[in-house]
Amino acid sequence: MDIIRNDTHIDFMARRKIALVFSAVLILASIGSLVTRGLDFGLDFTGGTLIEISYPEAPDLADVRGALAEAGYENFSVQTFGTSRDIVVRLPPEVAAEEGADVSTVALEALESVDAGLEVRRVEFVGPQIGEELANQGGLALLYALAGILLYVSFRFQWRFAVGAVAALIHDVIVVLGMISLFQLSFDLTVVAALLAVIGYSLNDTIVVYDRLRENFRVKRKGTAKELTNLSINQMLSRTVMTSLTTLLVLIALFYFGGEIIHSFAYTLIVGVVVGTYSSIFVASTAALVLGVSKQDLMPVVKEGADQPDQEDLPARFRNT
Amino acid sequence: MNRYPAWKYILLTAVVAFGIIYALPNLFGDDPAVQVSSARGFELDPALQGVVEGIVEAEEIEPKSTEFTPDRLMVRVDSSTQQLALADAMREQLGDAYVVALNLAPATPDWLRALNASPMVLGLDLQGGVHFLMEVDMETARSQQLERFVDDIRNLLRDQSIRYRSVRADREALVAELRTPEDRQTAMTQIALDLPELELETFDGGETFNIRATVRPEVMTELQQTALQQNITTLRNRVNELGVAEPIIQQQGADRIVVQLPGVQDTAEAKRILGATATLEYRAVDEQNDPYEAQRTGRVPPQSRLYETREGEPILLSRRLIASGDNLTSASAGFDQQTGSPMVQVTLDAVGARRMFDFTGENVGNRMAVVFIEQRPETTIVDGEEVRETRRVEEVISVAVVREPFGRQFQTTGLGSAREASQLALLLRAGALAAPVEIIEERTVGPSLGADNIEQGFNSVIIGFCLVLVLMAIYYKVFGLVANLALTINLVLIVALLSMIGATLTLPGIAGIVLTVGMAVDANVLIFERIREELRLGNTPQAAIRAGYDKAFSTIADANVTTLIAALVLFMFGTGPVKGFAVTLSLGIVTSMFTAIFGTRGVINLIYGGRKRVKSLAL
Repeated sequence: MDIIRNDTHIDFMARRKIALVFSAVLILASIGSLVTRGLDFGLDFTGGTLIEISYPEAPDLADVRGALAEAGYENFSVQTFGTSRDIVVRLPPEVAAEEGADVSTVALEALESVDAGLEVRRVEFVGPQIGEELANQGGLALLYALAGILLYVSFRFQWRFAVGAVAALIHDVIVVLGMISLFQLSFDLTVVAALLAVIGYSLNDTIVVYDRLRENFRVKRKGTAKELTNLSINQMLSRTVMTSLTTLLVLIALFYFGGEIIHSFAYTLIVGVVVGTYSSIFVASTAALVLGVSKQDLMPVVKEGADQPDQEDLPARFRNT
Repeated sequence: MNRYPAWKYILLTAVVAFGIIYALPNLFGDDPAVQVSSARGFELDPALQGVVEGIVEAEEIEPKSTEFTPDRLMVRVDSSTQQLALADAMREQLGDAYVVALNLAPATPDWLRALNASPMVLGLDLQGGVHFLMEVDMETARSQQLERFVDDIRNLLRDQSIRYRSVRADREALVAELRTPEDRQTAMTQIALDLPELELETFDGGETFNIRATVRPEVMTELQQTALQQNITTLRNRVNELGVAEPIIQQQGADRIVVQLPGVQDTAEAKRILGATATLEYRAVDEQNDPYEAQRTGRVPPQSRLYETREGEPILLSRRLIASGDNLTSASAGFDQQTGSPMVQVTLDAVGARRMFDFTGENVGNRMAVVFIEQRPETTIVDGEEVRETRRVEEVISVAVVREPFGRQFQTTGLGSAREASQLALLLRAGALAAPVEIIEERTVGPSLGADNIEQGFNSVIIGFCLVLVLMAIYYKVFGLVANLALTINLVLIVALLSMIGATLTLPGIAGIVLTVGMAVDANVLIFERIREELRLGNTPQAAIRAGYDKAFSTIADANVTTLIAALVLFMFGTGPVKGFAVTLSLGIVTSMFTAIFGTRGVINLIYGGRKRVKSLAL
């Protein structure tokens, strides 16, 4: 059984202009959304207090707000979470700055006045100093990951491939961030983790195509760089689709069955896998090609008399007949 | 022909067996248990076991097992009803010296425990509990330290009868103003001799001759580290009071402390107890009067107060204070150079040293006691209203005979063991005034949310896993089934490794496992697609299998190393849950390489490798 026919001859490179326009539109839309709507930074980054409680019966949200206002809070938000009995209260970081960690204790007392039978599901308090630190660490982590990858790919392949791979990764990160911004998903620490996983995944895809490209450059006598790139992508297509499919399957399971807390994480990865698959086909290879990758770049250094492939060992198609 | 030598199969079998054994403990669940430990972190007396067994018998409970270690005693029972009844009885009968906590002890069978196999530890987000991140106010710690040096210099100058105009802290330095250059010279020599922690330089004021002293940077760093350690010790003692079974109290970074209390729900109570302050006092023992007499009649001599030692013995101590925790600058455990017995080395500041010298000079042969005082905030209900008040808890932690007069530095000997010595040193330091702490992060997860998280995490792993199995089996037939076997073993290996390294399983960790499952098949997809390709090129099945595995290898290695880089960066920068995700992801990459390449090849070789003619592959 084949999902993708084995002998596809899709001319990906001929469509690279369309892909370029598509990517440009995606990136512009993402940046536009990031600028106008911004990211809905979670508690991890903004600081503040979050309380998730479960009342025995669905409370009137107005009562809950009233109780908190009476306790002297301002600029808080009260929302249902999953069911109508579950409530999430967010208090702004300024309150925390004044009262410190006692905030949650005081706020819980106010919430108990609505219905004493409440059950505390989760309390998160993040001081302002932590939020800033985590944001810096998250940004640094992304940069270091990109730098490490750039180095490794340069070392294993060639700098043009490294630039192409990193271009694809930056493309992915921007588009995924744009999608998070567009749907106003809460941007928390787990999303940063998911972003890094997306980088890892997308890179995985890119490397696989590069690897085949390198092999084809080395063994195929005929064909321009463009033709060989096309061939390599086509050869790897069924693998790319199959792996994306299995990964998406588990991510969808995580999205639907993993619970509210893991939602943003799963969403980020799902978008990331789709975008990463697209970019490894259309962005990474195209970028390397545009930078002028040629056969000479990837030829192994042949020592005289050594390393000449033994004709008998080679599969039929590589034998020089 | 595709054959693996026997040693490869032996290795494969060994790894699989190893994985199964170390993953196994996770299937056994928990026993409800009651755990007893010393309230002050001392070693437990083996006699305690008998006492506890007596209580268990009196409650008519048949315990599953009783384990005794110097740190704790654990009694496993059959049900949580028995657990609660037993804990109540023990709290009542064992008293304040012991902490009785409810625990869920892993029900790992003995033969597995003999192999050091234990189940994964569940993170707070899965079992419920509180996580606090506290920051030590180092600014205050520094200024307190400077003030202490100001006192030291003043006392030193006074003792040496050097006239001075002023000694004060000036931002990060200390400034002493003296009236004549000669005075300054003597003062310099004296300070350099007595307080080597300071770096001195001279400068002239308008009419005065001044010394500017700065604390050496390495000393300051050490003092800050000590302040942090003191706070950690104090917090640990207080957490013991809460009766938490497996608390975690750790330093994080230069000035932060992480406190994790699994199972604690009342965060308000936890915050109050952690925020309490403690100190200690050195007092003379009243040798003239009989403490038993005083305890019996209630008539305490006017110059004395009645205390109780840790063993519950009454003791009369003088009302006059010799030195307090404010005067203590350091306490460390070690061994007496002459006798080789364990001791605690205590250093006092100048004020404390002078008073100590005066006292010990007159009281050689008499006893001196150390009293540990804690201000414990408590909430009581008065007329239905919650009233918060602090209760002063005093306890005599050590009584020792004064052998000779001493001052700034002295040793406390006559301790039972090196462990006892280090515990006393910790206690002394804990009692000393440490820098204030502030809670800068709190995360509480209720038990119901924890249970939901486990269930949802578990479900999503199973569902995702099964979906992948089905897809692989349909798409790659026999080869798909082999890949599924490898994937299953991969999952077992990840669980085994996580259990072995004692990693904490969190919800993001589960997500990491799920993601690894999705990505682990990639290696097999690469190999199988390559084999199909080779077949299309007209190679024989055997040659195609060999070429498929060989050629896909470098691709798989390259792809996985890059993912590993991303995972490593995550590990370095991530905190808490994100770290858990990075750990599972990295482990998953390594194990999947093993099972997907080495493992599947072994099985494929078994199926096809031995046959002379393979017409077609079920791929």
